[in-house]
Amino acid sequence: MEKAANASEYTPVKTKRRLSKAERKEERTFYLLTGPWLIGLLIFFAVPMVASLWISLNQWDMLTPAKFVGFKNYNTAFNHDPLFWQSLKVTALYSVFSVPLGLIASLLLSLLLNQAVRGMRLFRTIFYLPAVVSGVSVMVLWMWIFNPQIGLLNTILGYFGIAGPGWIFDPHWALPSMVIMSLWSTVGGSVIIWLAGLKGIPPSLYEAAELDGAGGWQKFKNVTIPMLTPTIFFNLVMGVIGAMQTFGEAYVMTKGGPMNSTLFFNFYLFDHAFQNFRMGYASALAWVLFILILALTALVVKSSAAWVYYEGERN
Amino acid sequence: MTTTNRGRLLLKNSLIYVLLAIGSLVMLVPFAWMLSTSLKESYQVFTWPPKWIPDPVKWSNYKTAFTSLPFGQWFNNTIIITVLSIIGAVVSCVIVSYGFARFKARGRSFLFILTLATMMLPDTVTMIPKFYMFTKFGWINTFYPLIVPLFFGKAYFVFLLRQFFMSIPADLEEAAKIDGASTFGILWRVILPLTVPAIVTITIFQFNDSWKDFMQPILYLSKPELYTLTLGINFFKSQNNVQWNYLMAASMVTMLPSLLFYFIGQKYFVESITLTGMKG
Repeated sequence: MEKAANASEYTPVKTKRRLSKAERKEERTFYLLTGPWLIGLLIFFAVPMVASLWISLNQWDMLTPAKFVGFKNYNTAFNHDPLFWQSLKVTALYSVFSVPLGLIASLLLSLLLNQAVRGMRLFRTIFYLPAVVSGVSVMVLWMWIFNPQIGLLNTILGYFGIAGPGWIFDPHWALPSMVIMSLWSTVGGSVIIWLAGLKGIPPSLYEAAELDGAGGWQKFKNVTIPMLTPTIFFNLVMGVIGAMQTFGEAYVMTKGGPMNSTLFFNFYLFDHAFQNFRMGYASALAWVLFILILALTALVVKSSAAWVYYEGERN
Repeated sequence: MTTTNRGRLLLKNSLIYVLLAIGSLVMLVPFAWMLSTSLKESYQVFTWPPKWIPDPVKWSNYKTAFTSLPFGQWFNNTIIITVLSIIGAVVSCVIVSYGFARFKARGRSFLFILTLATMMLPDTVTMIPKFYMFTKFGWINTFYPLIVPLFFGKAYFVFLLRQFFMSIPADLEEAAKIDGASTFGILWRVILPLTVPAIVTITIFQFNDSWKDFMQPILYLSKPELYTLTLGINFFKSQNNVQWNYLMAASMVTMLPSLLFYFIGQKYFVESITLTGMKG
C-alpha cells in the first residue's frame, strides 16, 4: 500500500517518458532532414519578422543609426498621412471589385466549360492562356491595349462609334482598368479549381433533385452552389490575400497615378522604403497590412462555419 | 428522340458554342494585337484605323529588339536564376517534407503549423530586414538573394510534398529498411520514383515564380547587365519614346517559355492546381 502511494507520488515528476533508442534515432533523423528548413525559418522568417517589428518603432534610413521613436510611425500613418488612407482605399476598392467579380465570372465560365460538347479541351486551354503568361509582359501588353489613342480597346469601341475613355491615364478609369485587366488574366486559373469542384459533385444529388422536380436553376441553387462552397471559400481567401498585395500593376503601369488613383498599398510602402529610405515608416505600413490580412482571413474563416458545407463533416 | 428534343439539343449546343467563341475571342484578341504590333514598321504602329495584318511583316523587329538592348543577356540571367532556384527548391523541399511525413519527433506538429503560418506573411513584412541582411552579406547585385533562400525550403512546396508523401504506403519503405537501406537510400530509390508528378508540379510552380518575379529583382539587381527579363522589359518600356513594336516583340519572347512549359506539363499543371485548390 505504502509502495503504491509512493509510486503515485512519483509519477507526476516523471512527466516525460524516456524515449527508446529507436525513437531517439527517429527524432534525430527528423531534425536532420528538416534542418535546412529550420535554419531557413530562422534566417528568412523569424529574425526578419522580429527585426521588422523593431524597425517599425524607429526612424531609420539604413545609412545612419536608427532612432527609437515608439509608435510615432503608426501615429503618423493613421493621423497625419492622407496618402496612407488613399492607398488603403485604392487597395480595398480594388479587392472589393476584382475578387467577387472574378469569382462570379470564373464560376459562370466554368459552368460553360463543364458542358459536354466536342472540342472542350481546346476551349479550356484558350481560357487558361492569360493565366499562364501573366506578369510584367501582360502588364506591358495591357498598357498598349489601354492606350487612349490607338490602343485595342478604344479601337474596338471606335468601330461602334464610341469614344473610349483614357483608361489608365484617367483618374476615374485607372482603377477600373486594373480590375478589367485582372479579370482577363486571372479567371482562367480559378476556372480550373471550379471545374475540379464541379467534378466532385456526385451525380446522384442531381438525380435526386430531378426526382423532386427541380429545374435547372433550382438544381444550381440547391445542389451546385452548396456543394461548391468549399471551393468558393478557398478562392475567396486566396483572392483577398493576393489582391491586398498588388504591386507590379502600379509599379509597371501607372506609378500610382494619375492623381494617386492607383496608389496600391504595397506600392506606397515600397516607395517609402526604397525611394525615400524611410525604413521605419515602411515597416510600420507592412505591419498594418499584415494585421489587416490576418484579420480579414480570420473573418472569412470564422464566417465560413455559417456558409461552407463540408460533405465529410458531421454535426 | 423526338424532333423537338433534338431541335432543343441543337439549339443548346449552338448557344454553348456561340458563348465559347465570344469568350475565346476576348481571351485571344489581346494576343493577336500583340503579335500584330510586334510585326509592324515603327510608323505603322501609330496609324489610325489600325491595320490588323502588318504590311510588310517585319520579322526583323524581333532581331532588333534583341540586339538594340542586351535582351540575350537578360534571357540568360533569367534562365540561370530560374534553373538554380528550381534545383534548390526541389532538393530542399523533398528532403524536408520527407522528414515531416515519415519521422516522428517532439515538436513536429508545432513546426509544421509554423511552416503553414509563414505562408500567410506578406513578403513586404520581411522585405526591409532581408534587404539589409543581404546588403551586409555583400549580395547586392548578385543572384544570391534570388537563389540561396530556395535551398532552405519553401513552405508551400513542403506542404504540397508532405501531403503527397503521406499518400504513399509505408510498406515499401519497411521492406527496403529490412534490406538494410539507409534513409537517403530509401528516399532516393523507393520514394522519389513515386513522387515524380509532385516534383513536376513544384518545378512548374517554381519556374513561374522565378521567371515572373519582379519585386525581388528590382531590389537586388540594379546593374543593367544583371537584369532579368521582367526588369529588362520594364526598363525598355520606361525609355523616353516607347517603341511599341519592339516592346511587344520582347514581351512575346518573354512569354514563350511559359507557354512551352505549360504545353509540356499541361497534365501536371492542371492536376497540381486542382490539388492545391482542394487541399489548400
